Amino acid sequence: MNQPLTLTAAQKAGPKLTAVALGAVLAVLIAMPLLHLLPADHALHVSAYSLTLVGKILCYAIVALALDLVWGYAGLLSLGHGLFFALGGYAMGMYLMRQSAGDGLPAFMSFLAWTELPWYWYGTSSFLWAMCLVVLAPGLLAFVFGFFAFRSRIKGVYFSIMTQALTFAGMLLFFRNETGFGGNNGFTDFRTILGFPIAAPGTRAMLFLATVALLAGSLLLGWKLARSKFGRVLTALRDAENRLMFCGYDPRGYKLFIWTLSAVLCGLAGALYVPQVGIINPSEMAPTQSIEAAVWVALGGRGTLIGPLLGAGIVNGMKSWFTVAFPEYWLFALGALFIIVTLFLPKGVIGLVRRRGEP
Amino acid sequence: MKVVPTPEVIDPIDTRGSGRDAIGLGRAAGEGLDARHGTILSLEDINVSFDGFKALTDLSLYIGVGELRCVIGPNGAGKTTMMDVITGKTRPDSGSAWFGDTLDLTRMSEVEIAQSGIGRKFQKPTVFEALSVFENLELAQKTDKSVWASLKAKLNGEQRERIDEVLATIRLEASRNRPAGLLSHGQKQFLEIGMLLMQDPQLLLLDEPVAGMTDAETEFTAELFKSLARKHSLMVVEHDMGFVGTIADHVTVLHQGQVLAEGSLETVQNDERVIEVYLGR
Repeated sequence: MNQPLTLTAAQKAGPKLTAVALGAVLAVLIAMPLLHLLPADHALHVSAYSLTLVGKILCYAIVALALDLVWGYAGLLSLGHGLFFALGGYAMGMYLMRQSAGDGLPAFMSFLAWTELPWYWYGTSSFLWAMCLVVLAPGLLAFVFGFFAFRSRIKGVYFSIMTQALTFAGMLLFFRNETGFGGNNGFTDFRTILGFPIAAPGTRAMLFLATVALLAGSLLLGWKLARSKFGRVLTALRDAENRLMFCGYDPRGYKLFIWTLSAVLCGLAGALYVPQVGIINPSEMAPTQSIEAAVWVALGGRGTLIGPLLGAGIVNGMKSWFTVAFPEYWLFALGALFIIVTLFLPKGVIGLVRRRGEP
Repeated sequence: MKVVPTPEVIDPIDTRGSGRDAIGLGRAAGEGLDARHGTILSLEDINVSFDGFKALTDLSLYIGVGELRCVIGPNGAGKTTMMDVITGKTRPDSGSAWFGDTLDLTRMSEVEIAQSGIGRKFQKPTVFEALSVFENLELAQKTDKSVWASLKAKLNGEQRERIDEVLATIRLEASRNRPAGLLSHGQKQFLEIGMLLMQDPQLLLLDEPVAGMTDAETEFTAELFKSLARKHSLMVVEHDMGFVGTIADHVTVLHQGQVLAEGSLETVQNDERVIEVYLGR
């Protein structure tokens, strides 16, 4: 009431402005796949390249959001979220490989002279079971890992290093041909999904819309969580875990819940990434991939919901431009960006926007 | 089909009813706190050592229901270690610690101990800095603290009133929506005390509650503690003798992990050995 008028005005306009901006972005994202359906010589036609690129970035944005839920809110820095993303991708890839192989074995298995499917491939010709795997594989792994890590009270940098080791171990395992996931080539050469040709404009448009829906759903879920008492307990956990324990909260359950939820979101994002990009291989589990995801979050602004999305968009947008224009300088640009943000924008890009609005 | 009734077989090694549960020992004897015998906390022959350094040696201490006990002692006397033992942060090498007559503190986790009714204020004020004062109190509230409950939790009118009441008690009504990180040192101390009040514990452990407070704030804290005693039991660790003098009816002096003297402040201050420990020869 006794605040300067401009400040109160900005505060009142804040949520409205955010809502309008979000609505506009959503409208553009829904329009893009529809414009892709226009004939190729139409002035408003969106090319398959642009659509795939944006679809890919949207999948990364979901990963950024999922990582922010555990890092920004609960204070658990994971440097292994690429593993969960790749597991979801591989689960979807198994289904797509079975689709293109028909009744036979996937091509890479024939090369290895295998005569039957390994046990864990059973049922993957069913789309429904593949979708269950998309959720179960990353979810169960995260649950088991989290259960032991949080029970042993592993925190801070030790936790980060363990997640990094986990994704590295996953990568080494998937590199082996004997593991039964196509070795270093991974899965590619997909043809159909649910019977529809995978590269047809209609299929691309549907996959893109599904990604937008998943992103919107994750955002809504994150918003609900952040506003609930659960979200406040997570923040408290991040800032003063001891105090929280002496208030009578058992941190393990809280950490395990958000950790597993985050892994599942990553798995779903990976499952939508694979059919759009057309390939999945163990390089998605490389430690650098997961570290890059942490850069997106830090750059956008952790502990906020929109920040990580901005971060993923900015970094990946720049990356695709740089790797075409000056391929050899991309890593320098990424490093410089990270340093600038750490030095001058400790709250990330979102901090710039927020600074004016907050008292 | 005919159902053949099975005869009652008496199992000779059926131990139901003969275990320690049935004769009133152990945690299983009853849910929650039972302090009917007038003692809320009994520490007996507690020993704690860290890499050969004996932090507590055969420490025995009893606190009655509704008592306000002050614990004083020079640095390194084992005051904080004692609180760590009571709250489950440190496990004693030997000895027993009972909360009421039935709860064995040496076997409970920190969270279980907190839920059963022991609240602790740290030496350095520890609040949730990113949350508002109101939210800090909300989290401390005595309620179901499981993950599910938190996902669905909504404050009801009664709970809001309780928070407002505590805000008034700790005089932070004007700052209710400020982030706790922006409070002054003294205000943080009060907020942490307020969080303990929200928890509504039977026993409050307060580690140097008036450190860094102004004289007026110290005086107010003394009033607050005196009003809390009887309804709650309090154990206050403090260096400020003036403060101890205003609140304590009973003082325990710790020295090198043992109880050196116990009694009213006057008796303790006139004790030869206490003078020796505090002033040196």
